Amino acid sequence: MTSSLWLLPALPLFGAFVLMVFGRRLGEPRSGWFAAAMPIASFLVAVSVYFDLLSRSSEERHEVVTLFSWIPVGALHIDVALLADPLSITMALFITGIGSLIHLYAIGYMHGDPKFSKFFLYLNLFVFSMLMLVLGENLLVTFLGWEGVGVCSYFLISFWHTRDSAAVAGKKAFVTNRIGDFGVMTAMFLAFSTIGSVSYSSINEAAHSGVIAPVTATAIGLLLFVGACGKSAQLPLYLWLPDAMEGPTPVSALIHAATMVTSGVFLMTRMSPVLHASYEWAPMVIACVGAATALFAATIAVAQNDIKKVLAYSTVSQLGYMFLAVGSGAYVAAIFHMVTHAFFKALLFLGSGSVIHGMHHEQDMRRMGALRKLMPVTAITFIIGWLAIAGVPPFAGFWSKDEILLYVYANNRGLYVVGLITALLTAYYMTRQVIMVFYGEAKWKDHAHDHGAHGDFEPHESPKIMLFPLIVLAGLSVVGGAMQLPFSKKLHFLEHWLEPVIEESEANISKTWAYENKYVLLVIAILIAATGIAAAFAVYGKKKVKAVEPRVLEQAWFYDAGAAKLVGGPGRAAFNAVAWADSRIVDGAVNGTATLVRTVASQVRKSQNGFTRVYAALMAVGAVALLAWFLFRGVA
Amino acid sequence: MFGLVVVPTPTWYLVLSAVLFSIGAVGVLVRRNPLVMFMCIELMLNAVNLTFVTVGRAMSDIDGQAIVFFVMVVAAAEVVVGLGIIVSIMRRRSGVNVDDLSELKG
Amino acid sequence: MQVIVYAGAIVILFLFVIMLLGVDRAEDLQIEPLTGQRWIAGVVGLGMVGLLTAAVVSGSDALRLRGAGIADPVAGENADANIQQLANSIFSDYVFAFEITSVLLVVAVVGTVLLARRRTGKGMA
Repeated sequence: MTSSLWLLPALPLFGAFVLMVFGRRLGEPRSGWFAAAMPIASFLVAVSVYFDLLSRSSEERHEVVTLFSWIPVGALHIDVALLADPLSITMALFITGIGSLIHLYAIGYMHGDPKFSKFFLYLNLFVFSMLMLVLGENLLVTFLGWEGVGVCSYFLISFWHTRDSAAVAGKKAFVTNRIGDFGVMTAMFLAFSTIGSVSYSSINEAAHSGVIAPVTATAIGLLLFVGACGKSAQLPLYLWLPDAMEGPTPVSALIHAATMVTSGVFLMTRMSPVLHASYEWAPMVIACVGAATALFAATIAVAQNDIKKVLAYSTVSQLGYMFLAVGSGAYVAAIFHMVTHAFFKALLFLGSGSVIHGMHHEQDMRRMGALRKLMPVTAITFIIGWLAIAGVPPFAGFWSKDEILLYVYANNRGLYVVGLITALLTAYYMTRQVIMVFYGEAKWKDHAHDHGAHGDFEPHESPKIMLFPLIVLAGLSVVGGAMQLPFSKKLHFLEHWLEPVIEESEANISKTWAYENKYVLLVIAILIAATGIAAAFAVYGKKKVKAVEPRVLEQAWFYDAGAAKLVGGPGRAAFNAVAWADSRIVDGAVNGTATLVRTVASQVRKSQNGFTRVYAALMAVGAVALLAWFLFRGVA
Repeated sequence: MFGLVVVPTPTWYLVLSAVLFSIGAVGVLVRRNPLVMFMCIELMLNAVNLTFVTVGRAMSDIDGQAIVFFVMVVAAAEVVVGLGIIVSIMRRRSGVNVDDLSELKG
Repeated sequence: MQVIVYAGAIVILFLFVIMLLGVDRAEDLQIEPLTGQRWIAGVVGLGMVGLLTAAVVSGSDALRLRGAGIADPVAGENADANIQQLANSIFSDYVFAFEITSVLLVVAVVGTVLLARRRTGKGMA
């Protein structure tokens, strides 16, 4: 069955193509159903491949399906090939699974939009690109998918392009991603020049056997991390993600919660042997950036009032956790958190979309409140998502976060403290959000006339097509933790499954204090979560303590403005200098050569003055010179 | 009979022909009258003929004299054509000066 | 033969042209309109003489007896040995060049006749 692996990306590509040609004719909602059928079919193929891999022994779970030879040039041989191994199939499963659910949701959410079929075209194209990214057998096929998701992200963020802010946000996302892509490209070139191949098996083999010098491994690893920073919105390059909320909510759920932003973590895990072969401080850099980002974003989320912006910063923060895990050598924990995060973050985004839909596209939380009774299903699923992300057992988020904190403690206690503080803040701001939206006073009553002015504006529950994915995701958020329970080695399903991919790079902490006392850490995590929730209740629920939302946090530490000043001022000066150099020096050299030739020719031309005697004289001089040369050639 | 008799070696002939050749070359460069220039060219050709004959005699090779035969034929043909050209050009002009024919300048 | 060709044909030709055109007035050699021409001519002349003489003198040892040998016309019985050898050479080894040069003469004559025609309105170049 694994030979049908090519169907996985081919189906969404086919869907995109059909929609491109026939989309408008199919119209709403048929194009939506057709588009949704593609990832569902891909999901079924992925499940069959999964069972096929499961039936093999652990060492044999590695199959390459080569589609065709792409670049056979000299020493460079790159094929378009797909790799089926535990890591890629795990990613493919949840990409197609959650992708299908979001396609179904979008049929309801985008109802009435004039560009309905185009939306699904882009969604299918995105699923195709993401699958190429994770299934790629070498860095170039992954890069193809990498760029593809960047492009689709641009299309989808600026979907309502008539809105200025949406168009600008799309551009910002694309340009920031490009900076990261530069890192990935340079890493590819470096890998090819030192190892002679860009295929994962060759690179990881070389890293295992020590062929790669630590310097090279560090360079490759950190360059790929630059790319991951761009794609997964880590600290210097995160600023596109909050602005990306301009896109429709299904886009935010699919791209910016579950799939595209996790591609950075995926790439790091894929190249884990390279990270393992690099200097000691390189993974530490990754961990520190991840921790800093997590804390930074969590502080900002505390002061946001737009329902989607809170979730956006929350995503940045949770991605920081994943990179913290990668930097501490806890690849299994990172993947675990990636999967559970996909479940509950998609759930939260879709839930917020349902709220927005019911509130007639109002997104400011200060104008919501007491929606629990009017939107019961949305409220219950959102609350399940909240409990999962806040780290309350037995929901999925608790187990994955605890696993990460365990490894981080074994790595560095300072980072552990940062992780704990972030967990506290996460619980706090998510509780704040839930209270502001679903509990409290019904503030929307004051603003009833702002929306279409029916007079009797009342938020309503969403249609069933939108509620169905919410329920499924809520169920997964509840039981998702069963993948990797810490209680006994036998329950470490995910770890056993991913073993062939990361066995040598995974940090071994079985002899550390953290491992011996993991139940203590478990209890600490529960206490932190409870403290955060209680604090938020005290501030926003019972109003016992005054809310602290300083402006600096609301303006995201003025990061955006700072970046704009940097690029606009010295940045622009640098760009102008480069442009000047290009026009003067490069063009000047080319034009200068032509001018030189012309000038010399016009001088030489003067010798043609029409007088025969002058020509004769020159000939005679030439003859004498030749004579002299022949004569003195023998002498000298 | 006169005492010291010097036998002319081939080298003398060659030196003579070199002198003739140079005189002819200088004449072509310095004189402006087209007929005189032509005669100087003939002089150069004859100097070459002398060289060929001398070397042919010194090396006992008949090829030297054969070449002279052909050089003379070609020189005759060249004179014929050249004088024809001069006649057709100079018919229209009063003064004869090669420097006046500079229309082909670049 | 040289005397016949040159004194008989070529010089007479020159004479005819001079008579036709009246170009016997020599140019004024005091002035030289082209700058540097005299200098170049001087250099060329001296260089030519000097170099050729040097070449000849230095190579005088290389002139050795070679080839088929020419019977000494004075000392030998056959007074026409030279002519015979020349004729042999022209009509066997170099017969192709011989034919070509005869064609050349014809072409030269025809061309010159055409060139020197007066334009009498018959429209020839």
